Amino acid sequence: MQRNMYLYILVMAAVSYAIRVLPLTLIRKPIKSRFLRSFLYYVPYVTLAVMTFPAMIEATQSPVAGICALVLGILLAWFGLGLFGVAASCCILVFILEWFL
Amino acid sequence: MKKNNGSQNREAYLIGTRDGVPIALGYFAVAFSLGIAARNIGMTPFQGFLASFLNMASAGEHAAFTSIAHHATYLEIALVTLVANARYLLMSCSLSQKYPESLPFYHRLLSGFGITDELFGICIARPGWLNPFYLYGAFLISALAWSSGTALGIIMGNLLPARAVSALSVALFGMFLAVIIPPARKSRVVACLIVIAFLLSYLAGVLPGIRNLSSGNRTILLTVLIAGSAAALFPVKDETEADHDAA
Repeated sequence: MQRNMYLYILVMAAVSYAIRVLPLTLIRKPIKSRFLRSFLYYVPYVTLAVMTFPAMIEATQSPVAGICALVLGILLAWFGLGLFGVAASCCILVFILEWFL
Repeated sequence: MKKNNGSQNREAYLIGTRDGVPIALGYFAVAFSLGIAARNIGMTPFQGFLASFLNMASAGEHAAFTSIAHHATYLEIALVTLVANARYLLMSCSLSQKYPESLPFYHRLLSGFGITDELFGICIARPGWLNPFYLYGAFLISALAWSSGTALGIIMGNLLPARAVSALSVALFGMFLAVIIPPARKSRVVACLIVIAFLLSYLAGVLPGIRNLSSGNRTILLTVLIAGSAAALFPVKDETEADHDAA
């Protein structure tokens, strides 16, 4: 079934905005539930990790290049390189590796 | 904060814009690779610009685009967006503490647009109360870079050789790694969760049954399962909330 792209965008935008604006406008005190706070704390890391692997390896033409970029990205991030630096290094590595692979 | 404090607001806006420049540069490059993903699901450059300007979320948009590629329902898109962006809920709670109670309501409404990982990071690092104009300055320049980068990725994606597209497609994942790995260095629990998430994510993609779920639904399922178990088993202490102690 074909759905409307603008409606998709509207749904995404409405949810994104609601998430960001509701606590800012409604909650003035910190969340009390320790479970909820912990859950919210862990969510970003788990979501991003699930989305990164194995998708990162499937995104490149050669899976080997993807694996190398994953390892490089983890190492560089571990040693404190910022968002842009890590992202750019991964791109460059894949670009060079796929020359040979 | 008084309304007639025009020059102070102007100054905050300019400082925000200045601090937003490096963020905007990074956003532009990453948005380009997001544009390639948007192009693959048939978005026009205008739709890509709109989606990025209104969402300002790399993980959220990427997850939603992936789901749209599989003809997801609107409800599924809402859920995927909710899960991928759930961290902004926490940041929004945190940012609400940086504003005085007397701050006019419309400033809270407008600030809601500007909560991203990086913008939240620089805002929370400001000393004392946050002037919302600082956020507006940083937001506007980085939002324009993010949206036009997406639109340009849609326009240019097909002009680039396959190898360049392949290389750019890892940019988003590189950015995700840069978000999740530094906290893993500080917390063994986060490090273990990432390894478990990698493993289960791989298994969910190959095991019969769960394999047939859309990738967005698998992400929701695994996130709730893993983060929920972790919250029950390893509740965080008060001061370990992300970035809060950096203030």
